[in-house]
Amino acid sequence: MQVLSVQNLVTHYRTQRGFVKAVDGVSFNVDEKEAVGLAGESGCGKTTVALSLLRILPVGGIIKGGHIFFRDTDILKLSEEEVRKKIRWKKISLVFQGAMNALNPVSKVEDQIAEAIMTHEPDVNKADAIERGKKLFELVGIEPSRISNYPHEFSGGMRQRAMLAMALATNPELLIADEPATALDVIVQAQVLKLIKELKEKLGLSLILITHDLSIITETCDSVVIMYAGKIVESGSVAAVYKEQLHPYTQGLVGAFPSILAPKTRMASIPGFPPDLLNPPSGCRFNPRCKYAMDICRKKEPALIDIGKGHRVACYLHKS
Amino acid sequence: MPTPIVKVTDLKKWFPVRLGFFETVFSRKELYVKAIDGINFEINKKEIFGLAGESGSGKTTTGRVVLRLTEPTSGKITFQGNDITNASEDELKKLRRKMQIIFQDPYESINPRMTIFDIIAEPLRVQKLATGTELEEKVYKALESVELVPPDEFVWRFPHELSGGQRQRVATGRALIVNPDFIVADEPVSMLDVSIRAEILNLMFDLMEKHEVTFLYITHDLALARHICNRLAVMYLGKLMEKGPAEKIVFEPLHPYTKALISAVPDPDPSGKRIETVIKGEIPSPVNPPSGCRFHTRCPQYIGNICREKEPELLEVGKEHFVACHLYH
Repeated sequence: MQVLSVQNLVTHYRTQRGFVKAVDGVSFNVDEKEAVGLAGESGCGKTTVALSLLRILPVGGIIKGGHIFFRDTDILKLSEEEVRKKIRWKKISLVFQGAMNALNPVSKVEDQIAEAIMTHEPDVNKADAIERGKKLFELVGIEPSRISNYPHEFSGGMRQRAMLAMALATNPELLIADEPATALDVIVQAQVLKLIKELKEKLGLSLILITHDLSIITETCDSVVIMYAGKIVESGSVAAVYKEQLHPYTQGLVGAFPSILAPKTRMASIPGFPPDLLNPPSGCRFNPRCKYAMDICRKKEPALIDIGKGHRVACYLHKS
Repeated sequence: MPTPIVKVTDLKKWFPVRLGFFETVFSRKELYVKAIDGINFEINKKEIFGLAGESGSGKTTTGRVVLRLTEPTSGKITFQGNDITNASEDELKKLRRKMQIIFQDPYESINPRMTIFDIIAEPLRVQKLATGTELEEKVYKALESVELVPPDEFVWRFPHELSGGQRQRVATGRALIVNPDFIVADEPVSMLDVSIRAEILNLMFDLMEKHEVTFLYITHDLALARHICNRLAVMYLGKLMEKGPAEKIVFEPLHPYTKALISAVPDPDPSGKRIETVIKGEIPSPVNPPSGCRFHTRCPQYIGNICREKEPELLEVGKEHFVACHLYH
């Protein structure tokens, strides 16, 4: 059963120099209780996808086309009011990137969690909201009495847990976690990922995990979507993509994350750097960095094709 | 026997904690952040020595103290056989031709108002090593050796025109231009995009091979460390917990902390292990580190009072494999 279906999403940012094509025709699905990893380098548009799903793009961000179906509702066709009442936080919620800075430093954590609950469920009073916040704290493994603290009294790991509690405050069906583990130490990172996995099981959530670290996705997710310069280059089940990377970019990314237990190797690198999305390269956007680039790659954009069992790739090296 | 190029004995660095006015007047107690609290290691010629640990374990301070960018509280640092613990400013200036540093963040560590040429030429000018055409030649050569080619395209640019990876290459070129024997690389890739990381690390590796440069590589990423380091030391709250050949540390870790660190590293192979054993809690404050073994508050293999009362020494338990844990002594 599909929870979310993103179809041909196009999101651009208006700047003084023109439109930045941050997300340019992205399609993927999330099934019930499925965990999907959205991977790519900084600037590839993965956070923009998340913000588009909740319709909370910053000023200048415009969704230019496509559909986002949550079950049967097209989120892009709803009014702002309807999104706030029906979708945002009620159905889809987001754990923002950079937990260290995502909480308001001048107000107590309890006020912030109560605010999230009361905004989306106006008939709940504050005392009840805080009570619910305490239960959520228990769920994410923080001592409930700490809810009356200020964010600076929390450690990095606790702030990330508090952000998770806030995202779960109104029982969403789909949780988006944007780089939930970056900027945390390895051990705390492992703690947070374990918690996310446990919560997902316990609450029957669907999950979109956004990260640049492929190894986190393989440990947490069922399937993976790899983005490059605003486009999906490859997607499929984690096992299939890890076993056989079809797109040269995916091969490079996997090479950049050596397993700690693998034999000592020289790491593979991808020459060059990601393109400027004001004027992306013609044809395949990866062609200037690709060692297999052919003539057609510079002229015509490859379509994302299914080569079997839901393993999709956008590259001329592969035929369906 | 490999010859050590850097040797550190009983090194300590305590930073005094600034107290408010009333606290200073009414309490005579002085508080210190014990960033480094008695560590010993030696780095051999032509190797990459990795120093790993969580943030707050004191690894960056160690890198700075070894170069005397930060003054040690006590202990001894020798470089190429000479004691440099009390070297004067003049002596240090000469020494810095031989020892250099690459900082963590290439967005902060190079001056945005200087051209790439000036940034890379600065060490030569400061050290009065070259002028005129010789200086120019050296800068071009340095740019080539860090693969910013053709150099003509880069010399007159400013840092904001470069990508993160290119900036880190500039920082590396600046460290290399004086032909140093020893470079401290403080998390040189943690701010870079994944696809560029490998390039910088491979560059470091090649420099070690070609120019016989020795590296102290400071990192929190054990997976990367394992692939580029010859030997590794694991640091926790200002102390070394384990030290030995990188292979040994990764495949036969002895200290419970090392084991925890290694099992916390996510594995990109989906058929591999899953997150199972995760230790609890976060790193305690270095102002009041736990008594005895500093790790005992989080240790899954805590064996009783001895851990709480007696500080374990870093002792050799296998060939060149040292561990500070009561389980093995």
